[in-house]
Amino acid sequence: MASGDLTRSEVILKGAFAAGAVYGVGTAGPFVRKALAVAGGSDVDTLNFALAFEQMESAFYKGAYAKVRGGKLDLLIGLLADYEPQHVTALAAAIKQLGGKPATAPKFDFTYSDDAGLLRLAQTIEDTAVGAYNGLIPLLKDKEALATAAAIAQVEGRFAAMVRQRNGVAPAPDAFDPALDESQVRVAMKPFIQ
Amino acid sequence: MAKAPVSRRKFMALTGGSAALAAVLAACGNDAATTSSTGGVTSETEQFGKGDIGILNYALTLEYLETAFYKDVIKSGLFKGADLEMMRKFGSEEAEHVSALAAAVKQMGGTPAPAPKTKFALKNKKSALELASTLEGLGAAAYLGQMPNIQSPSVLASALAIHSVEARHASAINSLHGESVAPNGALARPADAETVLKLVEPFIVG
Repeated sequence: MASGDLTRSEVILKGAFAAGAVYGVGTAGPFVRKALAVAGGSDVDTLNFALAFEQMESAFYKGAYAKVRGGKLDLLIGLLADYEPQHVTALAAAIKQLGGKPATAPKFDFTYSDDAGLLRLAQTIEDTAVGAYNGLIPLLKDKEALATAAAIAQVEGRFAAMVRQRNGVAPAPDAFDPALDESQVRVAMKPFIQ
Repeated sequence: MAKAPVSRRKFMALTGGSAALAAVLAACGNDAATTSSTGGVTSETEQFGKGDIGILNYALTLEYLETAFYKDVIKSGLFKGADLEMMRKFGSEEAEHVSALAAAVKQMGGTPAPAPKTKFALKNKKSALELASTLEGLGAAAYLGQMPNIQSPSVLASALAIHSVEARHASAINSLHGESVAPNGALARPADAETVLKLVEPFIVG
């Protein structure tokens, strides 16, 4: 890997996460590839990008729930493990509605050693989800797809606040949530994709 | 009424982390010409102005309401410690929404809607939380309901930046109140302007 890539990704992340300095810079994986294909900008592409994020969240909470089931985090992680897959379903349906093909989920890998680590990661993922939706929704031309994405975005915001409260930090750190563009979100996702 | 230059600068600073958002208000003026038409559809937000200006003023009215509510809550003495801190924080964030929206309306050549006179029955902590939950839930639903109606991408971007914060508020208030953080399930439910305005009517006097 060229060292230039690393620097660039760090710069991007710092920019992405600077607003309020609330997001975990821990998501800055050292293994950032130069570019992850995909461009185009059609609604199907945009929705498939959101789908990939939701697939990641679903995989994360599925694995997490298997670990915390019956414990202190049962309810909180259980809710996330229940709802995030519904976002996957809703987005896949929206993609099909537009005549597109939902992309297959990549394999994910999450590393954390205890409940605190799990919750920190959850906070980063939820805050990033909010930023991702706030960035991608204005790209959508189809109003129905836009409404669906916004309905999901709101729930991501609600989840972000829930996890942050559990972590003892401000649920709504700023009056305005930042928007992340696709490259910023892909950089944040990269460490979790096998 | 908020002082537009100050609030605008503040808004820009706060959203400065993203290029898309940093351009939001600066671009509003350019978009104004394309947002004057609503395609012949009469909408409840038209009473606040045409197109995006009407939507922004509608949102502004709701933010005024929320700001006034938190002011009353803080004054009521019903909350202490961390809970009071949260109410203060939310109240100041709502006030920032007011400033940003008023500035955006002016930027587009419109006149910001006036602050409504409000009245909230704050008997005890429970009823105050109930009311907070209602207002924040409505706020989030109101923004969600307007998303597909917004014409200008930059106005849409600012509405989204506020929408997810309303969602965070609603979630945190619901937690404090012992309610579900996502009471409508995995997909949030939107509310149209007619419904929202009817529901907030009891809190507006005169």
